Amino acid sequence: MTQDVAAQLQALVVNMLEQGALAGFLGLGVLISFRFFRFPDLTAEGSYPLGGAVAASLLVAGVDPVLATLAAVAAGMLAGMATALIHTKLRINNIVAGIIVMTALYTVNLRVMGRANISLLSVSTLFDDAAGAFGVGDQGETLVTIVLTLLLLALAGAALAWFMHTDLGLAVRATGENQAMIRSLGVDTDRTKLIGLGLSNGAIALSGALVAQDHGFADIGMGIGILVTGAAAVMIGEALFGDGSIERWVVATMVGVLIYRFLVALALRVGLEPVDLKLITAALLLLALALPRLRSKPA
Amino acid sequence: MLALHDVGKTFIEGTADVVRALDRVSLTLEAGDFVTVIGSNGAGKSTLLNAIAGLVVPDAGRIVLDDEDITVAPVHRRAALIGRIAQNALDSTCASMSIAENLAMAARRGQARGLRRAVTAGRATEFRERLAVVGLGLEERADARIGTLSGGQRQAVALLMATIAWPRLLLLDEHLANLDPRTAAVVMALTGRLVAEGGLTTLMVTHNMAQAIRWGNRLVMMHAGRIIFEVRGAEKAALTVEALIRRFHVASGTDLDDDRVLLAS
Repeated sequence: MTQDVAAQLQALVVNMLEQGALAGFLGLGVLISFRFFRFPDLTAEGSYPLGGAVAASLLVAGVDPVLATLAAVAAGMLAGMATALIHTKLRINNIVAGIIVMTALYTVNLRVMGRANISLLSVSTLFDDAAGAFGVGDQGETLVTIVLTLLLLALAGAALAWFMHTDLGLAVRATGENQAMIRSLGVDTDRTKLIGLGLSNGAIALSGALVAQDHGFADIGMGIGILVTGAAAVMIGEALFGDGSIERWVVATMVGVLIYRFLVALALRVGLEPVDLKLITAALLLLALALPRLRSKPA
Repeated sequence: MLALHDVGKTFIEGTADVVRALDRVSLTLEAGDFVTVIGSNGAGKSTLLNAIAGLVVPDAGRIVLDDEDITVAPVHRRAALIGRIAQNALDSTCASMSIAENLAMAARRGQARGLRRAVTAGRATEFRERLAVVGLGLEERADARIGTLSGGQRQAVALLMATIAWPRLLLLDEHLANLDPRTAAVVMALTGRLVAEGGLTTLMVTHNMAQAIRWGNRLVMMHAGRIIFEVRGAEKAALTVEALIRRFHVASGTDLDDDRVLLAS
């Protein structure tokens, strides 16, 4: 009996680490748009499956997994920059700009894949290659996936924190907080938005590319509700850590993603079904948003 | 160094509520001039500063700064030359960032921003030295977020930010208006000191006549979108608040009916 519980818990933790690490890049991407730029960038709903679609199509075409993954990141960055350009050059509201690009990307993703989904079971992915390089085979692949992804995630988090402390990074942060002020200091905010949304959607597309390679398929519907997932992770982290330094924000987001994945895995294990997932996600975001407000309510 | 030629700006044109905020305003500043601008509500003082800063695009006339026509140049293009502080300290700073980070952003006014660390140890020392000049103990709190400061402290930081890269022109738009008298005196003293130190050409809008008389070498009175008179040099030094009110009455043909201006004097 206790052995059974221990096995269940172990499976939960492994699932949390694997799916959490893969979704960590999504969290970092949403952190940039949702927290630093202070708007829900719906481009994510298109750039996440775009990452999966580009990586999967290239893998099937025989491209090296590392190159295919990098191409997915580049595609995501272009999607984010398209949203930024529509917002800044055509002066269209940033949320509407995101919706326009998200909608356009649905077709782009279908065109890239040529159909609604691509199976990767017959090709060698980034994780297959890594497992092969360490000679661990299929049994050890989960462990290799977790270690490799966490390592990449730590690197990405450190790079983001470093960037946000540079002259350019400060200008990007200020663009989201006080646009008039940073413009009066000589910053072209059209450019900082281009950089910020490019980075954000590049990270989100990376998440999509890695998830597709881990799950063994890319699917046109894999991005549905992904912004809410990312926002839930960011908000859970913020509810626990508060908003502090950049480093704290980055770590909080990563922890938030892990907790989010743990709660989802737990919900599935206690009997909820995959079809209930979006409802769970929405409820978690609502909870993360509402809790700090309820707590700070005067007695 | 700064010249405004017949600058005009009309808001909500073509309606009954038409507001002629600037009506053929001409003004020339020599390098080192410190001009105070005074006038009743709606006289066009803020619109004048906003037109120079690029926040408002004039619909007539030309604005020339250092031989360059900047009439329609976007804000970020003229930023290298112009430092500006608004009435509300919230507008001139980033609340979620530290004092040092705000100063670092200002220190790179008008320059390219790359991937160098913004607040290095060397820069932090430099910022602390500048903060010490303020005399509010801010040098001990360089890493504190701007949001944790009082209004006066924030405005003092905004003043340092506006002057840290020594702009060609400093624009002050009622930057003491939201401060209590004691803090306002501290921030104004700091203003005078920084302007003198950098020999900054300055345009200061105020509703406080005593301040307008005391500071600067020129005083400009605005009314209904026009400059109605100017006082400078020895004449300005001998000016009193009563004399200023009389001159306003003569020049405008109306009484100075703005309580805020009268009470503040």
